[in-house]
Amino acid sequence: MTSATLHSDATRQQADAWRRQTSLRRFYTALGVGLLLAAMFATMWFADEANAGHFFDRLPHILDFLSWLIPKDLNDVWRALFDIASPSDRGTQEFNFPLGRVYIWDGFYIPEYFELMLTTVNVALVSTFIGFVFAVPFSFIAARNLTPSPILRLVVKRFMELLRAFPEIVIAGLFAAIVSIGPVAAIIAIGLHSIGALGKLFYEINENIDMRPEEGLRAVGANWFERVRFADLPQVLPNFMSYTLLRIEINVRISTIMGAVGGGGIGEELKLAISRGFGAKTLALVLLLFITIVLVDQFSAWLRRKLVGEQAFLMSA
Amino acid sequence: MTADELSAIEDRHPQIFQRPAYKRFWPLLLMAGTVLYLGYALWFFSLPQVLRESHWERLPLFLSQWISYDLQPEFRLDQPEITPKYLRFSALGENPNPDWVIKNPDGTYTVQVDGDAKSVTFDKTKAAITANGVTVPISLTGGKPVITGPVPDWVTVHDDEIVAKLGFAGEVRVTVDRVKVRKRFLGWANFVFDTRSPFFGKPAGEVISLIVSGPELRPGTSNLALAADNFWNNAQWQHGDVWTKLLQTIVMAFLGTLLGGIVAFPLAFFAARNITPSGVLSQVLKRFFDFMRSVDMLIWALFFTRAFGPGPLAGSAAIFFTEIGTLGKTYSEALENIDDKPREGVLSTGANGILVQRYGVLPEVVPVFISQTLYQWESNIRGATIIGAVGAGGIGLKLWEAMRTNSNWANVFYMVLLTLLVVFIFDNISNFLRRRLSRTLHDYNRLQAERG
Repeated sequence: MTSATLHSDATRQQADAWRRQTSLRRFYTALGVGLLLAAMFATMWFADEANAGHFFDRLPHILDFLSWLIPKDLNDVWRALFDIASPSDRGTQEFNFPLGRVYIWDGFYIPEYFELMLTTVNVALVSTFIGFVFAVPFSFIAARNLTPSPILRLVVKRFMELLRAFPEIVIAGLFAAIVSIGPVAAIIAIGLHSIGALGKLFYEINENIDMRPEEGLRAVGANWFERVRFADLPQVLPNFMSYTLLRIEINVRISTIMGAVGGGGIGEELKLAISRGFGAKTLALVLLLFITIVLVDQFSAWLRRKLVGEQAFLMSA
Repeated sequence: MTADELSAIEDRHPQIFQRPAYKRFWPLLLMAGTVLYLGYALWFFSLPQVLRESHWERLPLFLSQWISYDLQPEFRLDQPEITPKYLRFSALGENPNPDWVIKNPDGTYTVQVDGDAKSVTFDKTKAAITANGVTVPISLTGGKPVITGPVPDWVTVHDDEIVAKLGFAGEVRVTVDRVKVRKRFLGWANFVFDTRSPFFGKPAGEVISLIVSGPELRPGTSNLALAADNFWNNAQWQHGDVWTKLLQTIVMAFLGTLLGGIVAFPLAFFAARNITPSGVLSQVLKRFFDFMRSVDMLIWALFFTRAFGPGPLAGSAAIFFTEIGTLGKTYSEALENIDDKPREGVLSTGANGILVQRYGVLPEVVPVFISQTLYQWESNIRGATIIGAVGAGGIGLKLWEAMRTNSNWANVFYMVLLTLLVVFIFDNISNFLRRRLSRTLHDYNRLQAERG
């Protein structure tokens, strides 16, 4: 037997082994994809069964649905947005645009929808502020390398987990019964959630800091507050700020949704406009909301780039 | 340290000690701006007024209702004979005969709100409320209830009614023609079987032995099936409905994320600047992703609720549309960050476009794609809970409805616990899978590095 055949035998064995392995892997991949597709069709059927209207029954009517959305006179969208009287006004709610004007002084007014948008944005800003103020101290207690006490760390960590996982609408509903339904209940709900969400991101940043400044301050006898203030905070503050900006983006969206379930602001109006089929009002609101969200996102992205440079951040809820 | 040495240090590090004014003062400016904004927000939300008009005393009451229930027997004194009456659908069922309502031999009634320490004893002419070591005698003969003697601070005297608040245990209200007691119990009433069930009020052991070997309680149905049916359709807790709605929430997140991923996957290749043949197409697709993301999940949810009617289909569609944007953006960013060498290698063998993507690009990005999709699924489960409340199906609407009545806090808490459990389980599944994936990714990278 020559060495050449030996070599080719070994090669063939290797090739067989490789082929076996790949075919097994292909089988598992196909099985996985098959299971996923089966789950997809099963859940589609389930969702369709449980829905009030069924997909294929409703599909032909999608165009009817879109036809109310586009108003006969497209200028009505601008009129709705800026509260200008419309010639289509017949005294119904659909075209009563000037009604909601918020007068600042004689003749000068803020259009209703801008005021509502402002409410929504303010809810997001104030609740992010609440989240930031509480999350910063919590994050230093919850970070493994900086915590003043391991027991306290565990308590704070669990507390933040609870705040993060607790459904916001329940907190909003609870406080709606206490401070009356409206934006304040939404602020409390989103603020509490933000404490948990920001706190988690913050303490993960804290656990990755450079410990040498901390050791230096410890060596000169600084206490916990001084160490956190002068050794740790300067390292993490740009990252904190940038996550907080990201949180503002998310909170604007959440506060819109909260508005739709009674938290005041633009969400409530949007829900009314869509459910009653007011095309011009709906388009005006969607346009305003869309532009605001794009502006907030762009502004926050610009500021984040200035703070931490081109660093990728995972979206987080 | 002398002044000379200090100034020497200052001279050596001018970038620290002599920074431009805007750099030195921006933290101060930021703080001043924040304070001004908060003042404005205080005015904007008229916070002082809202806080003044709020009812914080309700908070402990609501919170205690999360884990307790009450029974409210009422005794009419103007009837020929005094008999306790309970609210319809009270937790005690149709024939209540609780051992804390005692008919004494002398014709008076005693209701123990918290043992003998907190109780009320009464007949048609007089009542006596005992609590906190004091007994307050009340005379009912003069047309309105009158306390003879000193009035302790836990008793409030109104024109025609005397109210004794007994803390968590409950309260007693006395007028000339009726005595009303509210007794609070810790726990959830009738959690397993409601009052209409034949198993109601039986101890656990008896229920089990009935199920295992008892005679058929309803002819033609096995006791196990009957028990399961009674549990599933428990009128007070609605286990069946709650669990179905919870499943809908999970399904909404699953279906929306999966479909979003399926649609975003091919689009991301055309949006990634390093892979797409056309720069215009890349820009168009990226703006499309931004659009889908920025038209909020709420707007999609409201639209689809109107188009398909309320239910999980509308919720899935809303998550689907938002996810096309989010996943499209993250996928295309992952594609833009790949290492180009494997791709060039496959390209140099003369493979066509699709094969280059399959063997040169896909192995690198698939773990990232899956990990990001799992992350979105996890966060969409939370999102689905909220958009449910606007009619998009799932547990959200049920939660919102239970809260609106302000009386069903125990049910709300039950649903919250289930939601927390679901979020916890799926967080862990997703974390586990992502850790496995990142280990695969890590091994792959190490292998690449070792090979040079």
